[in-house]
Amino acid sequence: MDEALLRGLTPSVLAALVRRGADFAAAEDAVQDALAEAVRVWPTGLSPGSRPRSGGGDPIRDAKGWLITVAWRRFLDAERADAARRRREVLVGREPAPGPAPAVDDTLRLYFLCAHPSLSPSSAVALTLRAVGGLTTRQIARAYLVPEATMAQRISRAKRTVSGVLFDRPGDVATVLRVLYLIFNEGYSGDVDLAAEAIRLTRQLAARVDHPEAAGLLALMLLHHARRAARTAPDGSLVPLAEQDRGRWDTGAIAEGTGILRAALARDRLGEFQAQAAVAALHADAPTAEETDWAQIVEWYDELVRLTGSPVVRLNRAVAVGEAEGPRAGLAALAALDDSLPRHTAVAAYLHERDGDPVTAARLYAEAAAKATDLAERDHLTRRAARLNARRPR
Amino acid sequence: MAKYLLLKHYRGAPAAVNDVPMDRWTPEEISAHVQYMNDFAARLEKTGEFVDGQALAPDGAWVRYDGEGRPPVTDGPFAETKDLVAGWMVIDVDDYERAVELAGELSAAPGAGGKPIHEWLELRPFLTAPPTVTE
Repeated sequence: MDEALLRGLTPSVLAALVRRGADFAAAEDAVQDALAEAVRVWPTGLSPGSRPRSGGGDPIRDAKGWLITVAWRRFLDAERADAARRRREVLVGREPAPGPAPAVDDTLRLYFLCAHPSLSPSSAVALTLRAVGGLTTRQIARAYLVPEATMAQRISRAKRTVSGVLFDRPGDVATVLRVLYLIFNEGYSGDVDLAAEAIRLTRQLAARVDHPEAAGLLALMLLHHARRAARTAPDGSLVPLAEQDRGRWDTGAIAEGTGILRAALARDRLGEFQAQAAVAALHADAPTAEETDWAQIVEWYDELVRLTGSPVVRLNRAVAVGEAEGPRAGLAALAALDDSLPRHTAVAAYLHERDGDPVTAARLYAEAAAKATDLAERDHLTRRAARLNARRPR
Repeated sequence: MAKYLLLKHYRGAPAAVNDVPMDRWTPEEISAHVQYMNDFAARLEKTGEFVDGQALAPDGAWVRYDGEGRPPVTDGPFAETKDLVAGWMVIDVDDYERAVELAGELSAAPGAGGKPIHEWLELRPFLTAPPTVTE
């Protein structure tokens, strides 16, 4: 049984239940039950000729119909078990005859609901992964390294928060994109590849909305994901972009990401994700680190500064300036920025190293390591400091 | 989405406002304190922010490797140690501000006279995994 295919059906199954009158929270539980049921009873390998052992139809021909039927039954069972008997009568009466599958944009409404502004970022992420992604609470809990009970509470609170939100109201694509970006960027561990899941969800979204930034985010994800194999050494340490084995970059993902980006840029509605993807595309385009078109990267950072005004973007721009125009120019750009910015000291260390000042660089690398917020970066910066210190007599 | 460690100290933290040792409290005050701590953890479970929490015995030992084929060396108890951790709680919250807010609430646990202890708690961020997007 193809789990990815199954999970891809989650949003439309959930939407179908909500359309039939189920409240969102209960419908979501019922869909999870139906997914678990499918995993349990469907023949392994959805191939022609294999036969289902139970269910409401032939899952091979109509997996979605099967899931809707089973989920609806589960929902009604739960309602019956509940004290809400009067409500049940109404719902049973409302059950429509089997008909065409729900409209495509039901899925879109679900994205909006799960990224609703009333949710905190961590709640929106958890709810999106479960209700749109079809992941189990246990999988999400493991991915974010919290107990399953904690994640279950987080999800049920999130469901309660949005239960009063009208399902038919259009939402803000930008909010959804931020949630998907979070899932991609903070994808930690566990048996679920959250980066790949974020790509799948963004691809599904980009196919449904006419929004260049959705395409921009998808391109950004693909271009970064393409480098994944080269990003870490066998010992788990971080390999900086300049030192990565570019032969290990995924050329298929790069080609796809670049193509999507080009089409998005052609529409002349530039946004943050497209500009970030453009930077990633320029890196992907360089056969060696030395051949990187830093001048153009600086131009994209100028665009990003204009779009976001973000100090972090200005910091990245200073790095790019250091590459394009030399470390002194980079240090000059850096001097204009608040030195309490995260990674400011790390950037200063790097630029001083490039400028031929290993003593200052080593001191700053050690200082930056003490301030690092992630373990791999701290180890990386400590190694840089150690390497420079080892080169000079003690 | 960030994990923090809240550390409670037997010793080593700056003096609390309501700084009366627990053995001078009334039994009711101790019960009220314990209840507050339990309620706090239970509430964080409900908000989906609780990861782990444990109390530690004050007694312990130093242990170190002593070379191939030898048993580890132990030393202690270390009555003179300045810093002594009493327990911890790990929380998973949206941001630093929320972590500070929760630490503040935990520090308001009642002590002598049923008044908040205003105990200093140590708040330490976890080092995270590196982000996927790096430039």
